[in-house]
Amino acid sequence: MAVTGQILVLFIIIHMIGNSAIYSGGLNAYADRLHSLPLLVWIFRLVMLTMFSLHIVFGIGLYLENRKAKPDEYAIRKDMRATFASKNMVWTGLLTGVFLVYHLLHFTIQIIHPESAALSNSDASGLPDVSGMVVQSFQDAGVSAVYVFAVTALFLHLSHGIQSSFQSTGISSERTLPVIIKTGAITALVLFLGYVSIPVLIYIGLVKG
Amino acid sequence: MLLDGKCPSGPLSEKWERHRQNLKLVNPANKRKYTILVVGTGLAGASAAATLGELGYNVEAFCYQDSPRRGHSIAAQGGINAAKNYPNDGDSIFRLFYDTIKGGDFRAREANVYRLAMLSNNIIDQCVAQGVPFARDYAGYLDNRSFGGAQVSRTFYARGQTGQQLLLGAYAALMRQVKAGTVRLHPRSEMLDVVIIDGEAKGITVRDMVTGHVGSYAGDAVCLCTGGYANVFYLSTNAMGSNVTAAYRAYKKGAFFANPCYTQIHPTCIPVSGEHQSKLTLMSESLRNDGRVWVPKMNGDKRTPNEIPHAERDYFLERKYPGFGNLAPRDIASRSAKEVCDEGRGTGSSGFGVYLDFEDAIKRLGESVIRERYGNLFEMYDRITGEDAYKQPMRIYPAPHYTMGGLWVDYNLQSNVPGLFVLGEANFSDHGANRLGASALMQGLADGYFVIPYTIAGYLAQAVPGRVTAAHPAFIKSIEDVNSLTKKLLSINGKKTVNDFHRELGRIMWEHVGMARSEEGLKRALKLIPELRSEFWQNVKVPGSSENLNQELEKAGRVADFLEFGELMARDALNREESCGGHFRVEHQMPDGEAKRDDKNYCYVAAWEFKGLNYEPDMHKEPLTFENVALAVRSYK
Amino acid sequence: MNLTLFIWRQKGRDTKGSLEQYEAKDISTEMSFLEMLDEVNEQLIKNNQEPIAFDHDCREGICGMCSQVINGVPHGPQQRTTVCQLHMRHFKDGDSIYIEPWRARAFPVIKDLITDRSSMDSIIQAGGYISVHTGGVPDANAVLISKENADTAMDASECIGCGACVAACPNGSAMLFTAAKITHLASLPQGQIEAARRVCIMTEAMLQNGFGNCSNHYECQAACPKGIRVSFIAKLNREFMKAHLKDSV
Ligand SMILES: Cc1cc2nc3c(=O)[nH]c(=O)nc-3n(C[C@H](O)[C@H](O)[C@H](O)COP(=O)(O)OP(=O)(O)OC[C@H]3O[C@@H](n4cnc5c(N)ncnc54)[C@H](O)[C@@H]3O)c2cc1C
Ligand code: HEM
Ligand code: HEM
Ligand code: SF4
Ligand code: F3S
Ligand code: FES
Repeated sequence: MAVTGQILVLFIIIHMIGNSAIYSGGLNAYADRLHSLPLLVWIFRLVMLTMFSLHIVFGIGLYLENRKAKPDEYAIRKDMRATFASKNMVWTGLLTGVFLVYHLLHFTIQIIHPESAALSNSDASGLPDVSGMVVQSFQDAGVSAVYVFAVTALFLHLSHGIQSSFQSTGISSERTLPVIIKTGAITALVLFLGYVSIPVLIYIGLVKG
Repeated sequence: MLLDGKCPSGPLSEKWERHRQNLKLVNPANKRKYTILVVGTGLAGASAAATLGELGYNVEAFCYQDSPRRGHSIAAQGGINAAKNYPNDGDSIFRLFYDTIKGGDFRAREANVYRLAMLSNNIIDQCVAQGVPFARDYAGYLDNRSFGGAQVSRTFYARGQTGQQLLLGAYAALMRQVKAGTVRLHPRSEMLDVVIIDGEAKGITVRDMVTGHVGSYAGDAVCLCTGGYANVFYLSTNAMGSNVTAAYRAYKKGAFFANPCYTQIHPTCIPVSGEHQSKLTLMSESLRNDGRVWVPKMNGDKRTPNEIPHAERDYFLERKYPGFGNLAPRDIASRSAKEVCDEGRGTGSSGFGVYLDFEDAIKRLGESVIRERYGNLFEMYDRITGEDAYKQPMRIYPAPHYTMGGLWVDYNLQSNVPGLFVLGEANFSDHGANRLGASALMQGLADGYFVIPYTIAGYLAQAVPGRVTAAHPAFIKSIEDVNSLTKKLLSINGKKTVNDFHRELGRIMWEHVGMARSEEGLKRALKLIPELRSEFWQNVKVPGSSENLNQELEKAGRVADFLEFGELMARDALNREESCGGHFRVEHQMPDGEAKRDDKNYCYVAAWEFKGLNYEPDMHKEPLTFENVALAVRSYK
Repeated sequence: MNLTLFIWRQKGRDTKGSLEQYEAKDISTEMSFLEMLDEVNEQLIKNNQEPIAFDHDCREGICGMCSQVINGVPHGPQQRTTVCQLHMRHFKDGDSIYIEPWRARAFPVIKDLITDRSSMDSIIQAGGYISVHTGGVPDANAVLISKENADTAMDASECIGCGACVAACPNGSAMLFTAAKITHLASLPQGQIEAARRVCIMTEAMLQNGFGNCSNHYECQAACPKGIRVSFIAKLNREFMKAHLKDSV
């Protein structure tokens, strides 16, 4: 669980850095370079798929087990350390999962908004226009809203998940746990800002293709 | 009848070794055919059950709590003695033996006490091997401290939780045997009767405290490890469920009860705050190392302690016992505190309390040093009283704490009823008239780990395994007796609650059979207790039914026994026309108020035999002989 | 002071329970919480009602028997304090107090506020010990233990087995309890030999007995009366990983 989560987080970080190329206008080139190594891409996709699947299967399994272990709730319950995020991991996770399907259909398989699909549009230098696809999509309020919503769910998921994975793998200790908790939350926040900025900035028109 | 403790002959230091050589063994293949019933899972019971299980016997272990880990041994704070002499300060087995026997005011058996001192070292080794986290120094060696006025540092400790850590060690060993299948656990089970067949203990009758089912267990031997009876005083440092029931019902079935009047009152407890009080909390004695005990000189002085100038304070322990001062032994410190309170100089709202003041220590050492030494105790005090002992003195008062008396046992820990063994605080054996601090834990574990495994074999080897089953008529009779007692308790439906009676009994016991006893008071107690008892049987109200969990019913049974047992205590105290250890008769004191022993007439164990509730019990004497130590007069001046 | 109590009443394991309202009158601030309940019970008995059943024994915070959730917090509002050590001066006149039993699948209610916690014993039975025979052990000072390790073992061993961690955990997990025992034993050289096996069978036993998994809510630490810390859970996880890595190598 924790290990799959950590690998996913790693991907999310790299993905964000990759996406930020949109600001420098290098996104298309970046995407192209990636796609020029099909073997690597497919190995990578396979690993990601396994990780996601394992993570989801374990996550839901754990959720069900844990729910069974606590069949009755208190009439009054006061949380001392548990948070909204920690108690809703499965829901924020599932939302992220649903989003992911949408996202893949949108940007990878490109059948949601075929009119802007990078596969059928190329940029000035003849590369598939990934950047254009992204920008065009996010000019649509609905699409942007979906992304903002999803990224918020992911933020909640990670704000608990990152530090939690360090505890679950036994990396944290008495001394480091408070630091890890803080760093985890900050990382989640940075990721959130990084991801949310793209649809938001595009939608309000600050970033154009 | 003169009782024989069956102490082996020979030189003191070789007695146990020789005795072990002579004890019979049980063939390993036969062991599992023998069933041993162990009642109680405190230090004595858990260590015994685990060890016997490991040897291959078939063990059934019972306790009234929901888990064996909760026996009241868990509450011991101070530490456990052993004659390891790790600090190289002159300790030895003989010295520990001597201190213990002298601490007990020469009212214990030499052979037993010497064995205890010897085994103390094995206990520490065993516990460390189990993973008991005793305090250590920076080099990784075990740390010791001096405790209870001892001249050497021989006390091993694990923070303020020595009893807990030792019990968890024994509990872990027990759990290991449960997993191995040699021990079966019966938590939430209260033993209510011993079954004796042809003069030998062959089983017990037990109430399942959840379902209310009363059933019997047959075995080849019974070990009672059921702790002490200080709750006869209602308020004590014992757990709420601590009782005399197991021991007392064995007494009613023919086992002798020895020295019931030997009780220990601990000087440093948190005083009573009101009628509602349900139990007393002990504060570690170590506080007396730095705290000064005082009361106002003036009667009924209502000023706050900080307003009373030094000149108007009476540091009575320092005044009366300049040699030991605030570290005077438990019984002396306790009695002195009661005296000043009885004079009307007590402090706090109830008037039953004396100050334990850290002002001077804080001035001398600084608050941080005091905080480091006693921080957790100050915190505990604050939690209970809401007072900050760094700013104002603590209030302390003596409270019943430990009972040296118990079922009579011989050197093999066997009572006068063959097959009935008694271990730990429940027996009378090793502490005489008073107990040295940090020696009860030692005794419980010595009995359980190192004595009973050998001595019980001596009995079992000559017994046919599984001779009786629970179908024997004696068991059916026992169940009927228990059930009819229960029915009776539930049917009275009077006006007063069980607690009302217990509180009342406690008042009588504390007043007349407490720290200072007089002939007049004891006789009065002997009149009041039966009166209260007969009122109990007419006017107690026990709600609910016997067929499920019923805590009032449990309490009622225990209080019913205390109401009989209290009388036995008073009788024993009346018989003992001397002062010794925890037993102080006002008629027998030195001109300066010290206890006055009478070695000529009372150097014996008084073991009482039940003769029916309306008859006086018979007293049997076991004379105590001392071959290796000279009977000295205790002096702490 | 006067209080309104809402207390969970349940006749037996298989019956349904509910919160019932009681008035506690003239309660002294000097009382402990359990003494307050004693007082309520005395009144109930005198009024021919059945007293409230609750577990307790030592009443000094060490046996781990007392177990009540007070206003949504196991052992009540005061940090690092068992119910029996909680005093009424922490409440105000007119307060409403909700008192419920520990809740978790592994702790079925037996009656009123009493639950069956034998599942915790089962976890220890699985391997919460050092497999030493009685007798024949080396001298206590033969194996030196650094003060640091001895202190960690002691910190972990302070657990009183009350189950408040389970009661507080949204997953009904006994991870803190189990981790405390693992840490205690794994910090000592004597406990090393069985460490890998121990951590595997004890966590397995935890799940077998109906406890949930740990997903790091940290409620347990906040509820623990003995200050057992979640860093011990990390230690357990570390031991667990180590055991499995060793297995696969
Ligand atoms: C507050 C306090 C502090 C102490 N500090 C120290 C110290 O620092 N050093 C020291 O050496 N000693 C100390 N003592 C004394 C020491 O702790 C006890 O004497 C000793 O632990 C008794 O152990 P035990 O095994 O005989 O009995 P306990 O530990 O009392 O065990 C009794 C067992 O019997 C069971 N039981 C009782 N009645 C029945 C029944 N009817 N049916 C079924 N089961 C029953 C109980 O469930 C329990 O398991 C202290 C005592 C107290 C109260
Ligand atoms: C797709 C659907 C997802 C579901 C259903 C899901 C579900 C869950 C659940 C239930 C948990 C809690 C595990 C526990 O109780 O220990 C969890 C933890 C975690 N998740 Fe997800 N998640 C999903 C997606 C993601 C994604 C996309 C990421 C990362 C980018 C991620 C990262 C993490 C991390 C780091 C943890 C913490 C692991 C631990 O503490 O052991 N999850 N997830
Ligand atoms: C604003 C936010 C995001 C943008 C702009 C974005 C953009 C993209 C783009 C352009 C691609 C296609 C790349 C390519 O095919 O060359 C892609 C793929 C992908 N994205 Fe995102 N993404 C965002 C958020 C996310 C989030 C939150 C997740 C995970 C939870 C995610 C997971 C993925 C995955 C798994 C792929 C498929 C990678 C592959 O092709 O193997 N993305 N994203
Ligand atoms: S870890 Fe704390 S809360 Fe849990 S059982 Fe131990 S003492 Fe109780
Ligand atoms: S609250 Fe529960 S989820 Fe883990 S950190 Fe504590 S066991
Ligand atoms: S009653 Fe023992 S811990 Fe509360």
